[in-house]
Amino acid sequence: MTEPVLDIRNLKVDFVTRRGVAHVLDDVSFSVAAGELLAIVGESGCGKSMTALSILGLIPSPPGRIVGGSILFQGRDLTRLRQSELRRIRGGDIAMIFQEPMTSLNPVFTCGEQIAEAVRLHQKVSPRAALARAVEMLRAVGIPEPELRARAYPHQLSGGMRQRVMIAMALSCEPRLLIADEPTTALDVTVQAQIFALLDELRQKTGTAIILITHDMGAVAEMADKVAVMYAGRIIERGPADAVLDNPGHPYTRGLLASIPRIDADPDADLPEIPGIVPALTDLGRGCAFAPRCALAVPACNAAQPHHVAMSRDHSAACIRLQANEVSA
Amino acid sequence: MSQLLSVRDLRVHFPTGRGGTIHAVDGVSFDIPRGQTLGIVGESGSGKTTTALAVMRLAPITSGKIDLDGIPISRIEGQELRRARPRFQMVFQDPFSSLNPRDRVGRIIRQPMDLLGLLQPPQRDARVEELLAQVGLRPELKSLYPHQFSGGQRQRIGLARALATKPDLIVFDEPVSALDVAVQAQVLNLIRRLQRETGLTYLFISHDLGVVRHVCDEIAVMYLGRIVEKASAARIFASPRHPYTQALIAAAPSLAPEHRRRGGGARLQGDPPSPVNLPPGCPFASRCPIAVNDCRSRVPTLRELAPGQAVACHLA
Repeated sequence: MTEPVLDIRNLKVDFVTRRGVAHVLDDVSFSVAAGELLAIVGESGCGKSMTALSILGLIPSPPGRIVGGSILFQGRDLTRLRQSELRRIRGGDIAMIFQEPMTSLNPVFTCGEQIAEAVRLHQKVSPRAALARAVEMLRAVGIPEPELRARAYPHQLSGGMRQRVMIAMALSCEPRLLIADEPTTALDVTVQAQIFALLDELRQKTGTAIILITHDMGAVAEMADKVAVMYAGRIIERGPADAVLDNPGHPYTRGLLASIPRIDADPDADLPEIPGIVPALTDLGRGCAFAPRCALAVPACNAAQPHHVAMSRDHSAACIRLQANEVSA
Repeated sequence: MSQLLSVRDLRVHFPTGRGGTIHAVDGVSFDIPRGQTLGIVGESGSGKTTTALAVMRLAPITSGKIDLDGIPISRIEGQELRRARPRFQMVFQDPFSSLNPRDRVGRIIRQPMDLLGLLQPPQRDARVEELLAQVGLRPELKSLYPHQFSGGQRQRIGLARALATKPDLIVFDEPVSALDVAVQAQVLNLIRRLQRETGLTYLFISHDLGVVRHVCDEIAVMYLGRIVEKASAARIFASPRHPYTQALIAAAPSLAPEHRRRGGGARLQGDPPSPVNLPPGCPFASRCPIAVNDCRSRVPTLRELAPGQAVACHLA
């Protein structure tokens, strides 16, 4: 077993709001190894993007604060680094791509200039060499006529091309870890397939570890080795992608998978629903946050946070009904 | 079966301001029988939303005919169009920007009745409560503002507003694409239940094949302003005939075991070309994996390959 590139242990992030303290991340632990793709999946507000931001030291503070746990990246705890040290890592050893490539690229610089800037921030090279590197990166992500595109402004490119530029920029400094936050949500499905293929090819070629943040279980199936399912700031299930998709343990994971309209499903049957909505993080009780929506909930669910129960090797879910073996595995 | 909506050779062209023309919708024809749902799928720029807006008379129609239950809605204007409005209503994609944040929910749902002069004013409030119940919201919620609701609840409010005029046809433009999957299931089930209970006819625009599979009887696939394939939902997924339909189905992320870690399933290179000044021949030819010379010079017409399945491809 190789040493993980990133190892997050018991991470806790609080936001202080007018309505009280929100535990935005609560006891989040996972690791990802070189060349591995971990998907973090969940609905809006579950904490998946916040997990990404905390790795990069980008949690807005105030109101946010890391109150516990550690983020070990290549053996160093990122929660203990100074901003100046983090800045060297961000965009260098850890890179990130965002959902909307239009708003995360600068409209007044050419694509080539923006990639070259990223290169020069982390490597001592001449402007000319940095620009050459930019063109090389644009070619590597499958952009036709990269010399020409390097001189183009973001608005002159399509959404799919812009996302390729973002990926080129992210990879220009050969990161050990790439965090992709909903990288294809704004793209059409045929273009999404191209971006997935590109990410997959790059990680195989470069051994970059990837964290894919997504709300789409289909994307998890297409891409992930491992998956962590989040709900209300906690990881409620984690394991190898096949195990979680084929044999989900947590009632929330089961509900989430069942509620996806599938091409191969019986179109006459109603979709199974998860009743209700995600609770506000400021008014969570002591117990399982999913209990109010859970068909299997018993009074004990509201008493304390459920621990993770092992279902098989590396596959676990945080549900006390599993513990009692009342949910068939 | 009687057709409630009938669209013939619809064209919506926009000038670009630089002498070019955007062929947003370019010769689209379809019928929807009463009580059924037609889904239009396609990627951005395919013209699916413009088609929906043209049916709603919210986009200028360049040419073509739209008839709703015998009313020539593409040709009527002013008072006449206004009188027909209650018959066809729309639910929009974004439940945040399509509800006025300054109005209470009761007023939002009541407004179509006020504007179109439906029911006697005292009866309208009772109807609002009835509509809220119909979409699964408690009637007392009518005094709240849109921001006090979740995305799924807001989409229910949009649906109640569309139902307020007792329409025959509801046009949905990506009604669940802004919603989380668990909430999406709730809204899709509601949309289906309303059709079962009231016999409504739907035109349903979506980019999500799983969603259209679940709600539509018939599906039309659009590409660059044209319908490239049209068939029953069962048939189009079982035996897609157009190379674009095939690529779209292949690229749709799926939980199926054969999709695991395949890294996408991309069959197409590049992006759809711009709808400004279309190339001659088949609009899909530039991305088509099987295109031959003929495809680049001659536009394929939609022809019936099997009963109920029409395809616009020289090679199908």
